[in-house]
Amino acid sequence: MANERRKLLEVSGLTMDFGGLRAIDSVGLDIHAGEIVALIGPNGAGKTTFFNCVTGIYTPTAGDIVIAPPDGSSRRINGLKPNAITSLGMARTFQNIRLFPAMTVLENVMIGRHCRTRSSILDVIVGGARTRREERETVATSYRLLEKVGLADLAGEYARNLSYGAQRRLEIARALATEPFLLLLDEPAAGMNPQETLELEALIARIRTDNELAILLIEHDMKLVMNISDRITVMEYGKKIAEGTPREIKENPKVIEAYLGEEAHA
Amino acid sequence: MTHFKKSLGIGLWFMFLTFPLMVVRVNTIDNVIEWRWSNVVWVGACAAAIAWLWQFSIERRAARHAAALADPHPQAKRHTLAQRLSDDPALTRRALIVAGLLAVVFPWVTSTTQNFYHINVMVSALIFVVLGLGLNITVGLAGLLDLGYIAFFAVGAYTYALLGQHLALGFWICLPLGGLVSMLFGLVLGFPILRLRGDYLAIVTLGFGSITKIILENWDTAFGGAAGIAGIARPEFFGMTLEGRMQSVYTYYIVLALVAATIFIVTRLKNSRIGRAWMALREDEIACEAMGVDMARTKLSAYALGAFWAGLVGVVFAAHNTFINPDSFTFMDSAMVLAMVVLGGMGSILGVIIAALTLKLLPEYLRAFAEYRMLVFGAVMVLMMIFRPQGLINDMRRKYELDTADDADGGDDNGK
Amino acid sequence: MDYQYLLELFCGGVVKGSLYALIALGYTMVYGIIQLINFAHGEIYMIGAFVAFIVAGILTFSGYSGLSVLLLAAIVSVLYVAAYGFTLEKIAYRPLRHAPRLSPLISAIGASIFLTNYVQLVQTPDFLPFPELIPEFEFMADISSLLSSADLVILVVTALTMIALTVLIKFTRIGKAMRATQQDMIMARLVGINVDRVISWTFIIGSILAAIAGVLIGSRSGQINAAIGFMAGIKAFTAAVLGGIGNIPGAVLGGLLLGIAETFGAGYISSAYEDVFAFALLVIVLTLRPAGLLGKATKQKV
Repeated sequence: MANERRKLLEVSGLTMDFGGLRAIDSVGLDIHAGEIVALIGPNGAGKTTFFNCVTGIYTPTAGDIVIAPPDGSSRRINGLKPNAITSLGMARTFQNIRLFPAMTVLENVMIGRHCRTRSSILDVIVGGARTRREERETVATSYRLLEKVGLADLAGEYARNLSYGAQRRLEIARALATEPFLLLLDEPAAGMNPQETLELEALIARIRTDNELAILLIEHDMKLVMNISDRITVMEYGKKIAEGTPREIKENPKVIEAYLGEEAHA
Repeated sequence: MTHFKKSLGIGLWFMFLTFPLMVVRVNTIDNVIEWRWSNVVWVGACAAAIAWLWQFSIERRAARHAAALADPHPQAKRHTLAQRLSDDPALTRRALIVAGLLAVVFPWVTSTTQNFYHINVMVSALIFVVLGLGLNITVGLAGLLDLGYIAFFAVGAYTYALLGQHLALGFWICLPLGGLVSMLFGLVLGFPILRLRGDYLAIVTLGFGSITKIILENWDTAFGGAAGIAGIARPEFFGMTLEGRMQSVYTYYIVLALVAATIFIVTRLKNSRIGRAWMALREDEIACEAMGVDMARTKLSAYALGAFWAGLVGVVFAAHNTFINPDSFTFMDSAMVLAMVVLGGMGSILGVIIAALTLKLLPEYLRAFAEYRMLVFGAVMVLMMIFRPQGLINDMRRKYELDTADDADGGDDNGK
Repeated sequence: MDYQYLLELFCGGVVKGSLYALIALGYTMVYGIIQLINFAHGEIYMIGAFVAFIVAGILTFSGYSGLSVLLLAAIVSVLYVAAYGFTLEKIAYRPLRHAPRLSPLISAIGASIFLTNYVQLVQTPDFLPFPELIPEFEFMADISSLLSSADLVILVVTALTMIALTVLIKFTRIGKAMRATQQDMIMARLVGINVDRVISWTFIIGSILAAIAGVLIGSRSGQINAAIGFMAGIKAFTAAVLGGIGNIPGAVLGGLLLGIAETFGAGYISSAYEDVFAFALLVIVLTLRPAGLLGKATKQKV
């Protein structure tokens, strides 16, 4: 963060149509190195669709998504497959948790290492020294990540047996295993109690510094968003309606009307 | 009491339901109707008894679900012997040695120079063990429901038969060739269809299986048509052709070695980067792709590898029988291999082996059972899905030990 | 170009296709509601043909003949097959409503194998001669090379059945409940629709259509056996997918197209490969346009 902050992700004019419905209408968003950016807005504003476009699950109708990994390269990633985008260094979690339920907690994280390891089918069958070392490293790295999110004790448990909050943390560990430079969290605090949310806040902050990555998160818990974000982008009905620091957003009349006003009316 | 009444009602319902088919038989040769009234009584009694058991089991299943929800970390799980076996490495090793020894001495104990029927039966059963293990990769590990698996078996068998017939190639050259040709088929077919959703994929593979059989049946000039190909050479032993019992014993050892190699390789794959990706794919395709796994490649590798094994063992099948025709490669054969995987527990190697041996040997030695074999298979597939979807042997996940000695250079502060 | 031959093939294709359509409707209705390929649907149809055969046998040997036998056989067959469809769903699919997607499919395959072998064991694995129940109409003599009396009856019955089905789905209470359940099962349950009953009715109606097809095909082809369900089931499924699975007009369109494609393939290329054309069509449609001709592509929600 010392020198001029590099742009890691530059989204401009992103538009996504489903049939006749415009889910996202010309939205732009930048993320710089080391930043935590929050994407907020009422339900159905198009936040998750935005995530899905950026991570390659949907191919956007129009617009540009350009990423610039820390190695200095830069690339337009529209229409790339999700796995290719993850390999380039963006990883995500899911709003409706998508773990591998019948695999153990440790194995879930080990899947994240898949795109950073190389052993082929033949390597595995032969079982040479390099393959065995790679496997050891995968276990060790995954284990360290589990320690980081506080799940090391449950490494051998099936993922489906974890509590809700633990499942969300496991998703974060799994995403981190892919060594991203940008982490996208889709409602990481959903379904957590206040205590768990506080711990999550600390975890996100720690991840940012330890792993030197930027974070884009969708979240409805305003306290969490205001505490942790460097910048906030607000969406409503598929359009970006505001952008700024937490303080600016708090005082933005448009946001108050569209977003916070929703609560006042309710 | 309500159970009893309900069971009685269900018994009556099935008496009604099965009445025309089970009681009446129209004899179109003598133009008379045969009435088989005794069947009604049987059906009623059996249906009522089964219904009673059914209700009991469904309630138990519901109770188990409730218990699992209340306590996600059951302390004392009931373990079957087989599960304990796969949990304890020392015990596993000892059991493996004993099983291996038994398998090795089997042909000598059970046969004489005149009578080696048991060896031949066992060879057929072991062929299906390999088939089951191969399909286990595709269905059990990667979750790709392949209903035309037997077609790859046919490709292997016909590859050997045709290469032997036209080019006089021997068994040992054809063995890998059969596997490779079959894998090539898998790759070519798999490429366009693996994008399909699970249930569509099942139907398309079923289509491929059926097309293969129809082509084999009708293209007389190339594949011998419905009559098939006869006079296929048995495996040669360093250029020699063995006779009688020795030949059977030799084939037996070949299949046994193939089984051992398959177990070894599949175990390695399962506990590796590749195997984990297959299982993740089975669990959740979208999450799997989002975690950086190349879905197309992973699916294709599972599909083609499964095909490879079927092709390999197809060569052995042709060599063992010395005669093949399309009747050995019907949908029912695909279904039987699938039943082995389902019954054994998707993904569980030991389970598939036990299931394959049971399903193949039981009809052979219990002739009375043979007639009802497919009927029982069908019922078992339904019942397994309802009451024990994890199969006879639950696929226990491997516990990964963190090797601290090797990891000393790493350490915690070196974390990424 | 032999025009007469072409016309003959076309008529044969339409007749065959309308029978596929009848069976395909059962697939499509079930799939539309619970997203299950009811693999045993072909066997339901086969059982329909068998029950009709048995009833017709009893009646013929007692000295009755003609259309009355056909009618009675059809009615009994429809009743029985409805009961079979209902029972099948209760046993093999209902306990798996919330299981992973492949479990009910495997269960369906098991049920299919079970039913085929059940009929094989209690009846016979051999082909049975199905009595000719449809008399030759005199006014059909002029065009008998194009369309036999049996064909005409098949076309009329199929058309009437489809009209009845449309009315049922559009205007009756159960039809509305079915449509609601198809759109959103959870919402349907919330507004008080008994979803379990709707699913039962879907199986019953689908089975009835299959039974009608069974009776008609039996009396047209003149023979039945326990294995006819498998091929017919696969082809009807192909027809359903071709039209867009879950889509009722699609199933009819798909059935007709498949029937015509098959007779033309058999007539102009080779009859030995008749089944290959159906499968090839299935593979092509699923790979190029999985949503079918009339279906809409849906995006999976993430």
